[in-house]
Amino acid sequence: MSERQQVLYLWLAEGALDMPVVAWAFHDGAAGSGPGLPEGDPPYATGLAALEDGWFLLQSPAARALTDDAGHETGPLAHEFVFERRIAIEPASG
Amino acid sequence: MPAADHRLTTLEMARFVAEGYLRFDALVPQALNRRVVPELGELAKAKIPQAVGVAPPEDPLERPASRTPLSKCYPPPSPLGEVLRLPQVEGILTSLVGPDPLYDHDFVHLLPAGSTYRQHLHVDAILDTPSPGFDVQLFYFPEEVKPGEGGTRFVPGSHLRRVRAEDVARYQHLVGEAQYAGPAGSVLVFHHGLWHAGQPNPGAGARWMYKIRLNPRVPQVRLWNTDDLAAHHNDPSDHTFATMRFDSVGHVLRAMQPWQQGHEARYELVQRIRLWRHLSGDERYDVDYYLTRLEQRDALEAGNADA
Repeated sequence: MSERQQVLYLWLAEGALDMPVVAWAFHDGAAGSGPGLPEGDPPYATGLAALEDGWFLLQSPAARALTDDAGHETGPLAHEFVFERRIAIEPASG
Repeated sequence: MPAADHRLTTLEMARFVAEGYLRFDALVPQALNRRVVPELGELAKAKIPQAVGVAPPEDPLERPASRTPLSKCYPPPSPLGEVLRLPQVEGILTSLVGPDPLYDHDFVHLLPAGSTYRQHLHVDAILDTPSPGFDVQLFYFPEEVKPGEGGTRFVPGSHLRRVRAEDVARYQHLVGEAQYAGPAGSVLVFHHGLWHAGQPNPGAGARWMYKIRLNPRVPQVRLWNTDDLAAHHNDPSDHTFATMRFDSVGHVLRAMQPWQQGHEARYELVQRIRLWRHLSGDERYDVDYYLTRLEQRDALEAGNADA
């Protein structure tokens, strides 16, 4: 028995895990042999909802250290949370 | 009320500042759309090999070089030139980038029926300067695009984010993203910073799209039909938590996209305020008092009590 990783990126409206999801990306190392994402746009309403569905948190964003001039700028989505789920893979027969 | 010369209204300009694009369905007459498609086919024969470093075959078209004024691009009898010089197209372009802007480049984006080509989200060209000036990219669809059949995907309101294309690629989906579908002859006009991506075409017919990038030749200040500017241009006291107007530019700029939530949206609004200051020429313009509050304090500390 071996494992493959599914990775879910959720970008939340603010820095708390129970804030609304505003963007997402899903990468499936198990090539479809595990469960997919729930139907929905977005698939989870919040980061917390992903935890409740069995995703394990790998990374949450640190608060930004602001400089005098850069604090009003907007750039990449700031509140990126990364989750994983491990999928057991049956060895190929023969 | 649209202007006789087809320039945009103040509230249309405000919507462009807020959302980063404007959409005009069936703007180009159908008879002209039909004449353009064969020319796009010829253009694609030259453009597509060149884009991958292969010298194009003998080229029957007179193709413009970068920095050619738009009025000199695709001279008569080119149907494509006719599209680019339609009064209704010219009015839109004049409002955003001024009269007779410079041709930057163009391309024919042809998706054959059944194409599975899918782009990551990206912004075109390279990271821009912080200057509020902008280029526009006109997306012209000469044939109908049915829902889900290869229309360009884009993220309304993403244009003022300072990002590099390779960083935007990580977002597979944003809440509130859009995919174009619409009738023949439709035109989308994008701020050059709008995030977008080509999509597969599972439909039975080819999907044609012509895209052209244009650079302004004049400062982008009050180029639209400003007859209604005074009526809609709010003063800096317009504040959601004090007194506010519901017919103003500020009210349009406050409207956020579904992915722009929470406190982060205040910084989106600041970017829009800065762009409206540039376009209107009013350096004291504000919405919800965000910049005025800081600027009057700075002025006091600098010894200017009248600020």
